[in-house]
Amino acid sequence: MWLLNSSIGKKLIMSISGLFLILFLLFHLCMNIAAVFSGEAYNVICGLLGSNWYALVGTLVLAAGVVVHFVYAIILTLQNRKARGNDRYAINARPKGVEWASQNMFVLGLIVILFMILHFSQFWYNMMFAELAGIHGDIHPQDGAAFINFYFQGNVVNTVLYLVWFVALWFHLTHGFWSAIHTIGWNNTIWLNRWECISKWVATIICGLFAVITIIFFLNGVGA
Amino acid sequence: MTQIDSKIPQGPLAEKWKNYKDHQKLVNPANKRRLDVIVVGTGLAGASAAASLAEMGFNVLNFCIQDSPRRAHSIAAQGGINAAKNYQNDGDSVYRLFYDTIKGGDYRAREANVYRLAEVSNSIIDQCVAQGVPFAREYGGLLDNRSFGGAQVSRTFYARGQTGQQLLLGAYSALSRMIGLNKVKMYTRHEMLDVVKIDGRARGIIARNLITGKIERFSAHAVVVATGGYVNTFFLSTNAMASNGSAAWQCYKKGAYFANPCMVQIHPTCVPVHGDYQSKLTLMSESLRNDGRIWVPKKLEDAKALQAGTKKGKDIPEEDRDYYLERRYPAFGNLVPRDVASRAAKERCDAGFGVNNTGLAVFLDFSDAINRLGKDVVKAKYGNLFDMYEEITNDDPYETPMMIYPALHYSMGGLWVDYELQTSIPGLFAIGEANFSDHGANRLGASALMQGLADGYFVLPYTIQNYLSDQIQVPRFSTDLPEFAASEKAIKDRIQKLMSIKGKESVDSIHKKLGHIMWEYIGMARDAEGLKEAIQKLKDLKKEFWTNVHIPGQAEDLNVELEKALRLADFIEIGTLMAHDALDRAESCGGHFRTEHQTEEGEALRHDDKFMYVSCWEYQGEDKDPVMLKEDLNYEFVVPQTRNYKK
Amino acid sequence: MDKDINITLKVWRQKGPKEKGQFETYQLKNINQGTSFLEMLDILNEQLINEGKDPVVFDHDCREGICGMCSLYVNGHPHGPATGATTCQLYMRRFNDGETITIEPWRSAGFPVIRDLMVDRYAYDKIIQAGGFVSVNTGGVPDANAIAIPKADADLAMDAAACIGCGACAAACKNGSAMLFVSAKVSQLALLPQGKVEAARRAKAMVAKMDELGFGNCTNTRACEMECPKNISVSNIARLNREFICAKLKD
Repeated sequence: MWLLNSSIGKKLIMSISGLFLILFLLFHLCMNIAAVFSGEAYNVICGLLGSNWYALVGTLVLAAGVVVHFVYAIILTLQNRKARGNDRYAINARPKGVEWASQNMFVLGLIVILFMILHFSQFWYNMMFAELAGIHGDIHPQDGAAFINFYFQGNVVNTVLYLVWFVALWFHLTHGFWSAIHTIGWNNTIWLNRWECISKWVATIICGLFAVITIIFFLNGVGA
Repeated sequence: MTQIDSKIPQGPLAEKWKNYKDHQKLVNPANKRRLDVIVVGTGLAGASAAASLAEMGFNVLNFCIQDSPRRAHSIAAQGGINAAKNYQNDGDSVYRLFYDTIKGGDYRAREANVYRLAEVSNSIIDQCVAQGVPFAREYGGLLDNRSFGGAQVSRTFYARGQTGQQLLLGAYSALSRMIGLNKVKMYTRHEMLDVVKIDGRARGIIARNLITGKIERFSAHAVVVATGGYVNTFFLSTNAMASNGSAAWQCYKKGAYFANPCMVQIHPTCVPVHGDYQSKLTLMSESLRNDGRIWVPKKLEDAKALQAGTKKGKDIPEEDRDYYLERRYPAFGNLVPRDVASRAAKERCDAGFGVNNTGLAVFLDFSDAINRLGKDVVKAKYGNLFDMYEEITNDDPYETPMMIYPALHYSMGGLWVDYELQTSIPGLFAIGEANFSDHGANRLGASALMQGLADGYFVLPYTIQNYLSDQIQVPRFSTDLPEFAASEKAIKDRIQKLMSIKGKESVDSIHKKLGHIMWEYIGMARDAEGLKEAIQKLKDLKKEFWTNVHIPGQAEDLNVELEKALRLADFIEIGTLMAHDALDRAESCGGHFRTEHQTEEGEALRHDDKFMYVSCWEYQGEDKDPVMLKEDLNYEFVVPQTRNYKK
Repeated sequence: MDKDINITLKVWRQKGPKEKGQFETYQLKNINQGTSFLEMLDILNEQLINEGKDPVVFDHDCREGICGMCSLYVNGHPHGPATGATTCQLYMRRFNDGETITIEPWRSAGFPVIRDLMVDRYAYDKIIQAGGFVSVNTGGVPDANAIAIPKADADLAMDAAACIGCGACAAACKNGSAMLFVSAKVSQLALLPQGKVEAARRAKAMVAKMDELGFGNCTNTRACEMECPKNISVSNIARLNREFICAKLKD
């Protein structure tokens, strides 16, 4: 199967899974925006995404997307290290025009994943998982707004950690987005710079809004 | 005296090649598989021949000294390739290309060969386009042409300033296809050190594996030498560092005639020499002469100021500039052939009008072109060349005129071959720059690529069959035969001798000395007195080399200094043969200029009554003077005239 | 004006592909800045030979930036600090008096070191042998002007065809990927009607060979493009991806 065997096939898997995760980020962002304006509205969405079959399927697909993206990142990185040879260069100079992020995608991705674990333990575990497993804590699993307030309102540590996460994500996306497009082959001399620019915008809009919303939660909590 | 038979077919000029092909012997496909051909070299001629022979079904063994067949020095040709397509509707024809080439060669080439060259030139362009060579095109999508020195039509096809590269990559891709199909066995980093003869026929080669230093034997039914030219004899030239004449020289020593060795081309537009440590000279494409105007100051005091660095080229007003090519040759102006342009530059510099600190440079000025066409157009045409020039000299050619000076570039002489491109050793063929055949005493720009590819694609693959057709019963040869063993032993002894000298001088330092002797006595202007002196000096240098060269490292190992020493040993001998040939040819023609033989205006003076021949030198043994045989040139169709580029 | 400078060289010395290499340090005095980088190495070698030492082995040939033979990694850059130039087109005026210059070979699993600074790049030839050609035999081809080719396409093909196969792309790539090299050849031929016929086969065969030879996977860092002496664009890589994916989807 060429997708699994060839270098371009493997890269295509990275590209498609990455673009899929960006779509999810946009969806998640919409939910968060809703929470800024109304905790109730947010809870309605949380209710829809509870232990329903479609939410479960969605979650599994999403998880698969993350796993595929991550596993292939590991496979490709290991292959690439091998392709580099045993002796390393004594002097490495990053050529002008090469983005720092592009050469550190794996590390950035790793940071993003580590923070994801934190995020899951705080939200997904207490919400969807709790509902599925029938665990009941102090807060009702479908009361997402309450969780937001619990973790962010006035909580400096959590807020800062999340902001760091978004910075890493921003770097990852600035390269990831246009690189995904490039890998699919939707690029040429004219669009090369345009896609890179669009990529920065996409990363900035996603991460910027997440960050702003997090700060709003820190200051005010969810909307009334 | 041996009668030299060049095997030119009968019939009218335009029908000779057709007649030959109609009546030559062929090898049937089943038999081709049983025949092996060694091709040495992977330049335009070698790669195209190896690919074409393999496509036909022969087993080909191909050798090159570089790490990849794609790096042969053909790749460095910049300007273009001629063909008689007449796409520009400017009156070009096969005959006109033939005529220009014969005239450009100062009537010292064979008519039949040159006509055949012009005839197949069109097929070359077709072939290259089919291979995906990205020639320059016009907005209508058809091929573009530019004009070149020595012609009044635009017949030169080009791919930016990298025509040689693109043509070579085309041939290389064809060769690669055949390597991939196992029809060609490729040996990279192998240097041919001898040709092996069995019963008088060439049956194999001895090569040195440049990585391991091991001497290896290879046998075949025929051997094709496509190893380029020998102008690195001069140390400084536009050739690549590893370009050498050794393969051809070993053929000569085994009995192949060496023809017209004194005919070397000096290219007029090179970046001037800048210091003693210089390793090579960089060519600036001849195409620059389309728009650049060549000049020196009219007044000696201006030249002195330029040499002292107190004035710059742009400080000299228009009326004080001497556009000497336009002045002397109004019809062709800056587009006169290379030998004429080179000599004119030397003449001005010898008269004291040189424009740089060494006094050995003239200006190539683009200010007119920039005013006329705009900087953008000039940039689009020549941008990469200008950038290259600026990187080398630290001068911006858009602002100050370029400085250029002639440099050694190409050898018209080489192994003597007949009409079939076979040397005087049966079964040994020579193609491309390695043979002498098509350029006479001077080669026109954009003709070398044409000749290399003509030989490799369209001539040798036919003519070699005429030889191989009676070889089909001959079984493959074992490399254990005594002839191979003897040849290998001779090489090993020679290497051992070199390694054991353990003298004081590096190979390069002796090579530089050789270069000085060559440039001084056998360069752009030669005379009998100097040539005799040169022969003596070269004799001394040979002795110095064989007693005082120092080669570090081991013989059976990667050893770059040993590689260079083996080549230099041959260069010294080649230089000597050049001197003999130059001395014999008491006339001026093309690239060979004898100061005793010039007109009152300083133009070359040919003596057709005495020198209408190809001088074919035969090796007589170590330290014996070679013997010269003559192949008379019979011009049946063209009347030799004095070349006139004035009107 | 060019002046004379003194420099320190740190040069990688390695006996053979399996042996361990290390840096050696050499001093060079009074090097004119008009000297080319390779001439500077010639001077070093002359000095080493006179001292009875083994000269530094490095690949070089045409010394005018077109054969692709020279391959030095100078101060962290393939072909050194100049852009759009090969090592042989590098001049000492790029360096200052007293500077230390570090010279390494291409380091990539696809290019094993032969000795010192000389590496084996035959892998690139193998990739071309797998499909970097148009399958036409000599003779029997149509007239050169039989098919008109839009100038823009011919120019783009020429841009890609300018590749000299030096290996700087794989040497510069942190992933040891040969994608720029492969894509340049695939692009050149895919853009021209003559090569279009077998474009799909070519893309598949060349990528398969590239993978087989152990080159890495492209992550679009663009380092190859930035270090390429012929300024080959990574837009060729997008075209290769496109050609390859379309070819596979059609199967």
